[in-house]
Amino acid sequence: MKTKWKPRHIEETIMKILMIFSFSLIIGSLGWILFTILIKGLPSLSWAMLTQTPKGGYYLGKEGGILNAIVGSLYLAAGGTILAVLIAFPTALFLSVYVNKKRWAVIVRLSLDILWGIPSIVYGAFGFLLMLAMGLRASLLGGIITLAFLEFPIMTRAMDEIIQRIPPDLPLAAYALGSTHFETALHVITRQVIPGLLTAVLLAFGRAIGDAASVLFTAGYTDHIPTSLSQPVASLPLAVFFQLATPYPEVQNRAYASALILTILVLGVSILSRWISYHLDRYSIR
Amino acid sequence: MYSNEPHIETNGLNAYYGNIQALKNISIVIPRKQITMIIGPSGCGKTSLLKCLNRFFELSPNTSVTGEVLTDGENIYNPSIDITEIRKKAGLLAQRPYPLPMSIYDNVAYGIRIHHTRPRREMDHWVQHYLEIAGLWEEVKDRLHSPANNLSIGQQQRLCLARGLAVEPEIILGDEPTSALDPISAQNIESRLLDLKSQYTIILVTHILRQARRLADYVIFMYLGEVIEAGLAEQVFNHPQHERTQAYLSGVF
Ligand SMILES: Nc1ncnc2c1ncn2[C@@H]1O[C@H](COP(=O)(O)OP(=O)(O)OP(=O)(O)O)[C@@H](O)[C@H]1O
Ligand SMILES: [Mg+2]
Repeated sequence: MKTKWKPRHIEETIMKILMIFSFSLIIGSLGWILFTILIKGLPSLSWAMLTQTPKGGYYLGKEGGILNAIVGSLYLAAGGTILAVLIAFPTALFLSVYVNKKRWAVIVRLSLDILWGIPSIVYGAFGFLLMLAMGLRASLLGGIITLAFLEFPIMTRAMDEIIQRIPPDLPLAAYALGSTHFETALHVITRQVIPGLLTAVLLAFGRAIGDAASVLFTAGYTDHIPTSLSQPVASLPLAVFFQLATPYPEVQNRAYASALILTILVLGVSILSRWISYHLDRYSIR
Repeated sequence: MYSNEPHIETNGLNAYYGNIQALKNISIVIPRKQITMIIGPSGCGKTSLLKCLNRFFELSPNTSVTGEVLTDGENIYNPSIDITEIRKKAGLLAQRPYPLPMSIYDNVAYGIRIHHTRPRREMDHWVQHYLEIAGLWEEVKDRLHSPANNLSIGQQQRLCLARGLAVEPEIILGDEPTSALDPISAQNIESRLLDLKSQYTIILVTHILRQARRLADYVIFMYLGEVIEAGLAEQVFNHPQHERTQAYLSGVF
């Protein structure tokens, strides 16, 4: 049988070609980035890089590592995430449970969406001004607060969507079995939303750990691992930036190695959230 | 009129959604360990009546109820009563099955856990027991820990039955429990309910007259929020007293 080339078949074929093109573009660029940092970074990646802080002359190619930046990034992102959860979760609950369809909620959601789209350098500048006003210096605390601002809209909107999607009949099914409100919330609603909430938290964590611009002015940079919130702290994105900016090829290769470490961390977080949604989310009712 | 002793009685029950009165002065008797079926045209208040029997009615916004519902002689609208005990005693099988977001096993174990009706170490035994009663055990025994929402709709409804029975109710309320199911699954649920009659008081809402004829020992016919006629099934079906009942049974509306 001969295929007739009706307009809708042509449409279909064009769409298919477009999809294959964009798919290859995405996979291609991801592959290219990974390939570059692997080729350039892997040879410089050493045990010392992961376990030592920079020694004198590290930025000239002498020995040492970037433990300061690895630990610093984890501190910053974890701190920012915890702080953001503390504000985002109640906000999301308030939005989806109390004011769900009112005009208020629409305005708040719109604002959060705008905040989500604002470039992180703006958060950095805002955090910096805030710190100046409060008399703080670039520090772990400053970085954590700025990252919490950055993470807040992402987390709130993601959690808001999750809570809104709880089927209204689900709590009824639990009440019909003689559950109290508390048992329903703890055993049934939580089981339904926890995978989604964890994914929202990890999504925000992933954004925070990879962000350079918002910690540039607010967290500073140092070769030491901070021992208090008021000390400045290094971070992986800035470690990549500073090392790449030196004129020495060895140090530049270490920048790629640092980027590799950062990529592995971010990848680890995404895989973890995939794992969560596969293993926990399959029980959720849709 | 009834050979079995009453299990539930309502006296002058009125129920309102805001200003709309859904139930008007309902006084009925529901006999113990029998199947009572509530029939009547759409919107006549069948679901509302059923929901008043386990205090589910008040979960819809702006509702109010007056009159009394006596279960085992105790008014369940007494303010000092524990609502969870009422709902434990009268399990509800909804029109559409709604599994809890957990495994098949945990769905059945849930009620046992929250009410501590059985010792924890005997859990496996009881989960199997209730799944067997609901006629689901053979189909799920090899995948007890897979998500309950992967089951077919018919299987989900039997799971909901097992889950409800695990709470050890005395009364089973069913709001058109077979209407979302295919004929085979519906028949399966029907025969389960017939089996359960010897131990439970069963109250079912249905749209299907033939189903009511198959299952009912007693029938309540409702129209526009009122009970028009109630009594033994054969009496109501074969010798309806009221002309509205006659019209409904002969398919006039
Ligand atoms: N949530 C609600 N808010 C306002 N009115 C309602 C609500 N639910 C039901 N009603 C009204 O109460 C009356 C009784 O409704 P009910 O659901 O009890 O009828 P039903 O006999 O179960 O009907 P069906 O056979 O279609 O399920 C109807 O007039 C209906 O419109
Ligand atoms: Mg109904």
